[in-house]
Amino acid sequence: VLLNVLTCGLFVTEKLRGRYAALSIAAVVIAVGIPLWWKTTETYRAWLPYSHINELGSLQLQLSMEVEVVFSRGTLTPEQQKKVPLTQTREQQHHVDENTGLKYRYEMKYRTATIMEEDALRQPTAEEADFSLYKLSESPCGSVVVYVIPETSVLLPENIKVYVGQRRTALLRGQVGQGGELKAVLSALDPEIEQVVRTMSFSHEDIMAALSDRIRMGRLSKESLADSMRSFKSSPGYEITFSLLNPDPQSHNLHWDIEGAIHTYIQPLLDKLAPVANHSVDSQILYYAVLGVNPRFDNSVSAFTLSADSLAHVINPVEARLGSNAASSNPVLNFLLFVPDAHHSPLFIQDHSKRVVDSNAFHSPRWGGIMVYNVNDRYGQEAEFPVHIDIDMAHVMGVFLAQLRLMLGVQSAHPPPGFLLQSPGSAGLTDWELDRLQWSRTVENVATASTSITSLAQLLDQIGNIVINDNIAQQVYNAVTSLQAAVAELEAGNLAFALQYSREAILASERAFFDPSLLHLLYFPDDQKFAIYIPLFLPMCVPILLSLLKMAGELRQRRKEQRAKRD
Amino acid sequence: MTAGRCTAALLAAVLVCGLTCASTAAAEEAITEEYESISNANEHVQAQDDYARSQKRREITEHDDDQNEPPPSSSSSSSSSSSSSSSPPSKDYFKEELVIRPLSSGDIYASFQFQTRWDTDFFAPGKKVSHYRLFPKSLGQLMSKFSVREMHVSFTQGYWRTMQWGQPFLPAPPGAELWVWFQDSVADVDGAWKELTNVLSGIFCASLNFIDSTNTVEPTASFKPLGVGNVTHQRFLRYAVLPREIVCTENLTPWKKLLPCGSKAGLAVLMKSEKLFHSSFLSLAVHIRPVCQDWGCKGTAWELRQTVNVVFDLHTTGQGKREWSFFKMFSRTLTEACPLATSSKVYIDVTDNPQGELFELNPAAPSLTQAVVLGDRRTYAVYDLMASGTFGLLRSLNVLLRWKTPGNFSTQVDMLRPLLHGERYVAGYGLQTGEIHTLIYNNHPYRAFPVLLLDIVPWYLRLYIHTLTVTSKSRENKPSYIHYQPSKDRLRPHLLEMLIQLPPNSVTEVTVQFERALLKWTEYTPDPNHGFYVGSSVISALVPSVVAMDTIFPESSYFVRVYTEPLLVNLPTPDFSMPYNVICLTCTVVAVGYGSLYNLLTRTFQVEEPSPGVVKRLANMIRYLRGVPLL
Repeated sequence: VLLNVLTCGLFVTEKLRGRYAALSIAAVVIAVGIPLWWKTTETYRAWLPYSHINELGSLQLQLSMEVEVVFSRGTLTPEQQKKVPLTQTREQQHHVDENTGLKYRYEMKYRTATIMEEDALRQPTAEEADFSLYKLSESPCGSVVVYVIPETSVLLPENIKVYVGQRRTALLRGQVGQGGELKAVLSALDPEIEQVVRTMSFSHEDIMAALSDRIRMGRLSKESLADSMRSFKSSPGYEITFSLLNPDPQSHNLHWDIEGAIHTYIQPLLDKLAPVANHSVDSQILYYAVLGVNPRFDNSVSAFTLSADSLAHVINPVEARLGSNAASSNPVLNFLLFVPDAHHSPLFIQDHSKRVVDSNAFHSPRWGGIMVYNVNDRYGQEAEFPVHIDIDMAHVMGVFLAQLRLMLGVQSAHPPPGFLLQSPGSAGLTDWELDRLQWSRTVENVATASTSITSLAQLLDQIGNIVINDNIAQQVYNAVTSLQAAVAELEAGNLAFALQYSREAILASERAFFDPSLLHLLYFPDDQKFAIYIPLFLPMCVPILLSLLKMAGELRQRRKEQRAKRD
Repeated sequence: MTAGRCTAALLAAVLVCGLTCASTAAAEEAITEEYESISNANEHVQAQDDYARSQKRREITEHDDDQNEPPPSSSSSSSSSSSSSSSPPSKDYFKEELVIRPLSSGDIYASFQFQTRWDTDFFAPGKKVSHYRLFPKSLGQLMSKFSVREMHVSFTQGYWRTMQWGQPFLPAPPGAELWVWFQDSVADVDGAWKELTNVLSGIFCASLNFIDSTNTVEPTASFKPLGVGNVTHQRFLRYAVLPREIVCTENLTPWKKLLPCGSKAGLAVLMKSEKLFHSSFLSLAVHIRPVCQDWGCKGTAWELRQTVNVVFDLHTTGQGKREWSFFKMFSRTLTEACPLATSSKVYIDVTDNPQGELFELNPAAPSLTQAVVLGDRRTYAVYDLMASGTFGLLRSLNVLLRWKTPGNFSTQVDMLRPLLHGERYVAGYGLQTGEIHTLIYNNHPYRAFPVLLLDIVPWYLRLYIHTLTVTSKSRENKPSYIHYQPSKDRLRPHLLEMLIQLPPNSVTEVTVQFERALLKWTEYTPDPNHGFYVGSSVISALVPSVVAMDTIFPESSYFVRVYTEPLLVNLPTPDFSMPYNVICLTCTVVAVGYGSLYNLLTRTFQVEEPSPGVVKRLANMIRYLRGVPLL
């Protein structure tokens, strides 16, 4: 019996020991093995500012601008004059979609003209008045100054209500000596001032077009969509390439003074656009380059013609010769001057209604422009080939400059009736046009950068295999801070700073998004991973699991027995 | 060792001095004197000095017209260069020429050269060059972006057989070769080199992007700048060869696009890819370097030389007849010169055929010219495509060359054996060690001359540099200058440069043993059992000229670069399912061990009661039947 008890006791302790061993092995595997395996096979993922990125996901943009309204002598009665200067703020709110909201805030400052301004307004023509007003004080980037002049003023021609100058000023014909409350006068002026502001600065359509990256297409009007499709996407830099295509060097020895032409016509515009983007210009001459379409001889005009439908096929074979830019990855704007060969001259471009296009040029959205330049009238039948021909660069550059403005997104304003817009002059761009461009570029940059940052964050969140290096985290962080700064500057009305920050944001976000290190482990398939793990994990885990199950079974058994005993 | 370093330093000083002074042609006399004063120093310095001087001379002569190519005629070439410098408005010139040489082996060697010269300074301060006419825009942008001073890139299919074919006009190793001198203003040369190779691989559709630090070297002496300038420190030089690169039409098409006339007019019309690639040897090359604008060297100009060297094997394609024509070789004929070219000529080597006894040319050549090419005086028949009479009534030029002794190749004149020639092979057996043998032949009957041998060996062949031996005429030949840069695993290759004096009429053998390394499994190529390529050795030398006896030619020796064969070495190659097998095996062993241990630890042990005897069991059975309690 004693032996029996002893063996029984031994058996129990032995059983306990086995149980403890199994439990402790399971504990070691769970407490040490799994974390160790987890740690050693983990991919490095740097911390990203997810909360800030989520905030950017729902973008509430506020655009603030300053409008100064200056009353010249004779537009306000003395009582009214006592009440100015005066400041009013007007706000407009637009709900774009669930993630995007827009708010425009106009700060209207009313004051009377100073003596010097009065002097300036006494110039004989509006243009001179505009220039001397500009010399008096330079208004900050993004703002608009409206001078209200008496209705009888001779500065403006008849039936012109508003004159928009080369800078940021406009002259507005006001009602003479209207009596009554100042408020009534101001509210009478309001619709006209709003029209001026919409012409000279951002309009809701422009901003919506700039936001096209964020919002769905259906919400945009067709025209603003076409506008935004024509111009290049906002980019930190553009490469502008002028190419002279000479398919027939045996007959034509062409010379173009491209260096001088760029210096005279293109460079002033690019200098003006310097705050928006960097531009580099180069040129080349391509020989034996032909268009992709054979022009048809049209007897009615006794010339070769290219119909508007065939223009789409012209570019591809030429593009193979153009060569990509070896030195940078910025988008390239191509401007081709095509001189048809002697046997296919003259060549004219016809529009859809079969009429010859005056400029003999066309442009391809987001690609560039092509101009056909006929030289057949420069020499007679008996000329000795090759004929030396100098190309009239003023004519060519006039066309290319107009196309360049379109491509760079300088939208042609559609002035309401009664408006007179001063032509841009030698710079090719007025200050307020530049402001308009800067507004829409800033909004576009903010929209693009925020979209790419949020989609990057989403992507990294979804795919756990991607390694996030510190430099990517740094770029994301930079992009987010620049974006926040850009939004804040827009709110404060500092357009130049906002554009600067938005450019930094877009650079950083693109760099983060296209970093090659993100791709390294992206395509490491899971089945291969498990093929490697299973030979070790299966034989190790099965005994542990089995003994744990057995123990659990025993435990349940004992509970049942105890319950039965108690009953 | 210190003595060696001393000479190396001295040598470098001489080189730098020579190159800085020698940038103008006018300074030529002065340099010669200076060299004379230095030349009593040491024997190998003298040799190196000779080498530098000739490089310089070569460069100077090349300003006029290329020494490697026959000049049209001395008077016309000088007049053309003087007239070109006097007309400022058109600042770029384009020349094209084709040289055809019937080789003594019966093959035909055709060498195209397109030369674009642009009198502009890419690096003039404050002025950006961005308006291109004849010079290709993509290359120009490359030059200015990466501050490249000189760039030489070649793509070659096949191996140039020096023993059968003689010296090529422009030597190139099999595969792709790229060497670039950067401006001394470049701070991060490695970064610029990396980006440049990537851009070039895009331009030429080639795998130049595989150039990285493991196959890039900075040779100290073998590759000196060929243009004017004063940067000579090898810090600004990068050299790489990809022997594995295969050249095909996708490289030829972008190459042709760089020509002003494309393949639409001029000599480039002949370059039809299906014919060009059906050949024994094809080498495409682009060379850019700064040259002098005029004899006074007041300003620099950029010279772009695009060359195609091709050897057609007419034995196999000629259907037994020994005659060839443009149409037969290229399946095209010439109809016009490129209208943009200032000179467009076809030269046919008729040296072996002075009286027309071997072959006849149809149409007969309008003129003959003589030139010294690679130390040998050659006679060329010239067809000037700019002349109106060249094309005849049919308005096309199809030069036909017909041998008079059909089918009898043995009567041909024996080719002069090339004076310098190199061979290379791997010896040894097994996959552990091996030995690289390089044989350099000096076939000159009585002149000894020094050569520079450059060897680049990838890191996975671990050279035992102590086993390096140089023997000529079964006696040890001690190199007078050795520059050895050991490899670093996965970082850089071995670089071995030696200056060896070759005795006359001798074979010099350079041997070095190596051990084959085991690669990581991701480092193997997709076809590892094919073997791994080791690029050609480069032998650069000044070879005494055969025509040196004639005093009218100032050149007593000429510069030659010879590339040996690339090597194909087998490395120990594992079975690539091995890693998984190893994982499985290890895991099984671990699992078995772990399983038994686990069993031992968790199994419950109990003392087993001895089983009752047969009697007891019987008794119990009876008791059970009787209903009595058991025992």
